[in-house]
Parts: sequence; structure tokens; C-alpha cells
Amino acid sequence: MSVPFRVQPALDDENRFFWLSGEDGCLRFARCGDCGEWLHPPLPRCPACGGRDINPEAVSGRGQVWSYTVNHHSWDGSTEPYTIGLVELDEQQGLRLTTNLVGCAPDEVHIGMRVRVTFEQQGIVWFPLFEPDPDVTDPEGGS
Amino acid sequence: MQDALRLQVDWHSGGIEGAAQLAAVVNAVLAVGAGLARHVLVYRTVTESSAQGSGGRSGIGMDGGGGGGGGAPRFGGPLQWSLPFRAYSAANWLAMNCHRHMHEFGTTPEQLAQIALNGRRNAARNPKAVYREPMTLDDYFAARVITTPFRLFDCDAPVDGSTAVIVSAAEHARAVDHPVARVEAVGTALRGRPSWDQWDDMTTMSARDAGAMVWERTDLTPADVDIAELYDGFSFLTMTWLEALGFCGKGESGPFIEGGGRIALDGELPLNTHGGQLSAGRLHGFGFIHEAVLQLRGEAGDRQVGGPNAPGRAPEVAAVANGGGPIAGAMILTKEDGR
Repeated sequence: MSVPFRVQPALDDENRFFWLSGEDGCLRFARCGDCGEWLHPPLPRCPACGGRDINPEAVSGRGQVWSYTVNHHSWDGSTEPYTIGLVELDEQQGLRLTTNLVGCAPDEVHIGMRVRVTFEQQGIVWFPLFEPDPDVTDPEGGS
Repeated sequence: MQDALRLQVDWHSGGIEGAAQLAAVVNAVLAVGAGLARHVLVYRTVTESSAQGSGGRSGIGMDGGGGGGGGAPRFGGPLQWSLPFRAYSAANWLAMNCHRHMHEFGTTPEQLAQIALNGRRNAARNPKAVYREPMTLDDYFAARVITTPFRLFDCDAPVDGSTAVIVSAAEHARAVDHPVARVEAVGTALRGRPSWDQWDDMTTMSARDAGAMVWERTDLTPADVDIAELYDGFSFLTMTWLEALGFCGKGESGPFIEGGGRIALDGELPLNTHGGQLSAGRLHGFGFIHEAVLQLRGEAGDRQVGGPNAPGRAPEVAAVANGGGPIAGAMILTKEDGR
């Protein structure tokens, strides 16, 4: 499948790390240095403890499909169905990312499916997408 | 409008922040309560039909919306977390909430369809509705898929229209010769994260909080409600409101609307009696409060609950709700006789 059109994020000091993170193959989120809470979207203050020592930190890039939708409507000129997923990262309950699920047919996606991050580079931005986790053999995935 | 009518107002307010579209009405209630105004005209105008009809809304694309000069549009703020993944529409975002509800509670597409079918049945009795021809379950499933599990008729219909609501001081009811709707309670709470995809419980969204709050501010209970006018920008939102307002238990809205009888015009809880936004048209929330007032005043014509087409008790208590995702407002209205 060809690389789809993607709206680009407007980079700023708060989000730049996230959108450039895939260059070394790692997905990163902001994390509180005081209590370890992961923050997404990035915030200047930790909502769990009030700490201000917030820095990007790599995650495993693994998680599960929390929910998904297969889009059929042509919003951007493309007519090929694609899968939008909401992935919950293993690092923290509720740490979720809206993303695209790739590397499998839309009708193979299911809630609870184990996935891992893969990146699609467009310009300087590395879009974090998710694909079925090849290290998981259980076809039904996790919970 | 203030300029066009050369109105001299003691109080005015505009904007979209707050408890969904109902925030404007709540603001008016507060202004009247605080004595800043005695009567407030609250209105909303939508022109989405014209906007989409004359060449479509500005598309997402290389030459499309989003701003940022030439080349691809760039987004900061909350939209940067959805648009780059081609999750362009609230249809996409809410479809994931709906899928999660189906996963956790076994809600079925046939149950979801009942919101659209109920709206269409009621719209047939509403001369101002845009879609009035009958729709069957087969028709519903034959329509194209927008974004699973949403099909075309799970998405509301763009229209041009204006809705006006007059909010007046309570004692004014004695000055008019018709029944009025009294604002019994409002629900404006937002107790989770203000986010579409980081909300703690995807199956509830902020309807949960506004719905809970409205009952914290009245002695009435869900059992007292005669009619429910609950936002259906997408069909699933109405199901979340049925749960949030306590008409059924959490996760039980699917069985609650199964078959459609309970929510029909002559059912135990007539729902979206004008056809909702799915069939009457998208007046963006204001259509629901308008319809609730008509029903309480007994002016709903062929679709009047308690009238010839829906025999039973004339409604005295109405629940109104607007919004989805992290935006939600709820209101309980009661009938009060004029002089």
C-alpha cells in the first residue's frame, strides 16, 4: 500500500520529541521524574503528583488494541478502507494513543489484539503506527 | 445579530466553551438568576447544508483546511493526536467508543440501529424533519458504512436552520397564557480528562458526569421523566445518554432499546420525539430543547405525547441532553402552567 496522505503536526517545544522520536526506532512519552507517571498528551506539570521534572522517556512500544474502527468514508480523497486504532500501552493503564493499525487486514483486527509500534517517516516526522506483535502467537492476543 | 436588530442588551454571551451546546442556555439561566437580565434570547444558527452543498466542506488535503500556508496543513493542539492518523471526524472517534461498548457489553448493531429507526418513525410526524420517508432495518443495514460500526444513518443530517429559546425569570410564567418549561436542574460536570481518546471509561464519556450531576440537583428521579430528548449527533451518543441519565444501567442501553418499543412515541420513555438530528436534522443540540418545550406545552402536533397518535399521559417532565466525547450538558425541564 502506498504511503497515505497525512496531516502534519505543528511542531513545538512540547511535542517535538514525540513526533521525531521514531528516528531511532523508539516511541517516547513524557514521564514524571518524581513519581513515574506517564503523561499523554505532554503536560508541563504532573497531574498525579504535581511534579515538574517532566522528560521524554522510551516505552516498550508494545500494547493492546483498546478499540478500533475501519474507516470507509473518503475524507481525504482516498477510497481504500483503513483502520484507526486506539492502542493502550503496556506501561500504564489508560496510556493510550490514537493511531493506525497496519500490517494486517481490517477484518483481522480485534479488541485486545497485541500490537507493537512501527514508524512511517514523512519528512522529519515519524508517525507511530502499530502492527500485530510478531512475538505473540496467541491469535486472540491478550485480554 | 445584536447589531442587525440594534438590540440594547444588559447582558450578552457567545462562544462554545462549557457544557456542550446547552452551555448557552445554562449561561442564560445563570444571568437571569443573578439578575443581570430578565429575558434572554438564546439562539443557534447552523448552515451546514449550504456549506456542504456548495462544493462540500473544506476538505482535508494538500489544498484543504487546517491553515498553515502552502503544502500540507499542520495542526497543533488536541487535533494533532487524531488528524495525522486520518481520524478526521468525530464519526471516527466515537465509532471507537461504540466498538468498545459492543466489546464490553455485547451491544449489537441491531440494537444500535434502533436509535436511527426510532428517529425516523418520529420524523414522519414532524413536518419540519428532513428525512420523513419510512426506514426499515434492512434499509439501515443497506446504507453505506462510514466507519465501523457506524453506517450512514448513524450520522446526523446537515441542515440549515435556527433555533431560539427564550429564558425568562420564573415569575414571568404567570404573565403568559400558555404552559412554560421550567428549568428544574442542569448537569454541567466534567469530572474526567477533557479528551476524546484519554477519557478513563470509553463507554461512558462525559455524559456520565453531566448525567450524574443533574440528579444531584433535583428531588426528581429518572422514573419521573416522561420524555427524553437526547443528543444523537451519532446514534451511539443517545445510548450513552440513556445510561448516563439512569434510564437503564451502565452498559444496558442495548437491551433497553431492543426492538424499539420502549422508546417509541407510545412507549414507556418516548425518545427524540421530533426525529432527532438523525432524521429531523442537525440543529446542533438546540433541536432537543426546542422539542422538549413543545412537548411540555402540548404543541407538538401529530407527534404530541399524550395526543391521539401516542395516547397516554401528557408529559410533565422532560430530560434534555447535548454533547458527546468530553463535551456534555444535561437538563431536566418540568411543565408549569401559565396564568
